[in-house]
Amino acid sequence: MKKYKKHSLLLLVIVMFILPLLLDIYWLDVLTLVLFYVVLTQGLNIVVGYTGLLDLGYAAFFAVGAYTTAILMTTFHWSFWLTLPVAALFAAVAGIIVGTPTLRLRSDYLAIVTLGFGEIVRILAINLDITGSSSGIYGIPRPTIGSYVLSSQQDFYYLILIVAIISVLVVYRLGHSRIGRAWVYIREDEDAAEAMGINRIRLKLLSYATGAVIGSLAGSIFAVKMSAIAPLSFSFLQSVMILLAVVLGGLGSIPGVVIGAALVIVLPEVLRGAEDWRYLIFGVALVIMMIFRPQGILPKKYETEDRSDLDEKEETNDKDHSMSV
Amino acid sequence: MDVFLQIFFDGLVMGAFYSLIALGYTMVYGIIKLLNFAHGDFYMLGAFIGYALLSFITGDGGLNAGLLGIGAVFIITMIIVGLAGIGVERIAYRPLLTAPRLSILITAIGVSLSLEYASMIGWGASYKVYPIKLSKNGLEIIGAQISFAQIGLIVLSALLMLGLRLFIEKTIYGKAMRAIALDQSACSLMGINVYRIISLTFFIGAFLAAGAGIMSGVYYGTINFMMGFIIGLKAFTAAVLGGIGNITGAMIGGLVLGLVESYGTYYLGGSWKDVLAFGILILFLVFKPTGILGAKEMERM
Repeated sequence: MKKYKKHSLLLLVIVMFILPLLLDIYWLDVLTLVLFYVVLTQGLNIVVGYTGLLDLGYAAFFAVGAYTTAILMTTFHWSFWLTLPVAALFAAVAGIIVGTPTLRLRSDYLAIVTLGFGEIVRILAINLDITGSSSGIYGIPRPTIGSYVLSSQQDFYYLILIVAIISVLVVYRLGHSRIGRAWVYIREDEDAAEAMGINRIRLKLLSYATGAVIGSLAGSIFAVKMSAIAPLSFSFLQSVMILLAVVLGGLGSIPGVVIGAALVIVLPEVLRGAEDWRYLIFGVALVIMMIFRPQGILPKKYETEDRSDLDEKEETNDKDHSMSV
Repeated sequence: MDVFLQIFFDGLVMGAFYSLIALGYTMVYGIIKLLNFAHGDFYMLGAFIGYALLSFITGDGGLNAGLLGIGAVFIITMIIVGLAGIGVERIAYRPLLTAPRLSILITAIGVSLSLEYASMIGWGASYKVYPIKLSKNGLEIIGAQISFAQIGLIVLSALLMLGLRLFIEKTIYGKAMRAIALDQSACSLMGINVYRIISLTFFIGAFLAAGAGIMSGVYYGTINFMMGFIIGLKAFTAAVLGGIGNITGAMIGGLVLGLVESYGTYYLGGSWKDVLAFGILILFLVFKPTGILGAKEMERM
C-alpha cells in the first residue's frame, strides 16, 4: 500500500514536470498560480492546520517576501538568489512580531490581530515611498543562473514547481517531527501540552516564523515572475483565499491542502463567465463546508491520536476508581 | 480652538457610528462568545436597503420625501436588516454553536463574503450616490461649523443607544440576555428559550448597525459594497477598547475611537488613519484585553 502510494506520488511529480510541454500558455499560467498557492497554503497550513492559530493576515508575509526582493533588486541591484535569505529573515522577524502579542490571546482575538496586522502591512506598502506607494514597484529584473536568464513562462513554472515540492516535503517532515507533534499537541490542548514540558511560547513563535518564511519564499518568486508588484496583490481577500484553500482541502492535511489550492485557483478559471459570482460562491461554500464537512475534502487521519485518546479515558477511569476507594 | 472643536464634532459623528456597530459586536459576543465577522456587513446592508427604498420614494412619482417618509424608510430598513440578522444566525451560526471556535469563525468570514458579494451582484460594484443629501446649514459655535445634520445624527444615535440601555435593563428580554451571558445552560433549565433570545440579540445588533449604515449614507453621500469591512474592524476595535461584552463600554469605546481617529487624521494625515485604529487595537489586546470598562476577572486568553 505504502509502496503504491510512493509510486503514484512519483508519477505525479513526473507528470508535473512534463505538463508544460503539453499545455498552452494560458493553462500554464493557471498551473503556475496553483503552485504559488500550494507553497502559500503549505506555509499557512503550519500555522492554522498544525498549530491551530487562525491567521487572517497571511498575505502580509507574502508581501514581505515580494517587497524585500523587489526593493533589493531594483534599488540595490542585488542578485535574486541573495535576496531570498534576506526576505526569509525579514519574514521570520515579521512572524515573530505578529506572534508575540498574540501569544496570550484566544483564537477569535488572534484572528482580528492578524487581520489588523495584515492591513497595517498593506497600508504601509501604500503609504511608504520605498515601496512605491499605491502603484507599487515595477521593472524588477529577471533572475539569472550563471549566464542563463529565467524569463519564459516555463522557467518560472519549473522554479515554483521545485519550490512547491521542497515546501511540501519540508512541511511533511516537520509535521512528523518532534516539533510537528508538539504543534498538534498545542492545538489540541495547550495547557496539557505545557504540562508535558512543551515550551508553548517558543513553539508558537516557531510556527509563525516557519509559516512566514514559506510565505515570503512564494512572495520573492512572485515578484520576479510578475516583474511588477502592487499593494493590491496583498489584500485581505488574498489572505482569505489562502485560508479558504487550506480549510476546503482539510486543515493539517498536506494532500488535502494541495487539492484546496488547486480548487481555489482552477474553479474561478472554469467559472470564467460567472466572474462576479465567484466570491459569493466561495462565501457560501465556506459556510456549507463548515456546517456539513468541517474537516475538509481530504481530512488528515489521526490514527495514533484516537488510540491515545482511548488510553487517556482509561486512565481517568482508573483515577476515578482510586478516588472512590 | 475652532479647529479643535470642529474636529471634535466630526469625530463625535464618526464615533457615534462606531458605537452603534460596536454594540452589536459586543452583544453577540457577550451572549454566545461569537465574534461575528459579518457584523460590519449589516451596516453596509442597511446603507444599501435604505438607498433602494429612498430612491424608490424620491424617484417614483417625483414626490419629495418629507421627514415622515425618511423616518419610515429608516425604520423599515432597520427592521429588514434586523430580520436578515436573524436569518444569518439561523442558517449559518446556529448549527455551529457547539462546534470548535475555528469552524464558527471561518463560517463568519464566509457569511461576510456572501453578504458583500451578493450586494455587489445586486447593486453593482461602483459607488452609489445617496438620493437625499443633508443641508449644510448649521450653527457656529466658537468658530466651528456644526451642521444641524451632525447634531441630528448624534442625537439620533444617542436615542438609539438610550433605547437599547432601557431595553437591556428594564425589560424581561433584556434580563434574559444578561442571564444567558452569565450561564446559558442554567437559563435553559429555568425555562428561558435560549435560541429565541440569541435570535433577538442578532436582530438588535443588525438593527442598530443598519441604522448606522443609513445614517452614514445620508451623511457621507456615497456607499459601496465593501464599506462594511473596514468599519466592522474599527467597530470591533471600539468594542475591545470599551471592554468586549460590556454595553456601556462599546458606546464609550466607539466615541473614543472616533475622536482619536478624527484628531489623528488631522495631525498625522488621512492615510495613517487605519494604522492608528489597528495599532490601538493591538496595543489594547496586548496590554489590557479587558478594555476600559471590562470585567475584572479574566479567563485564560
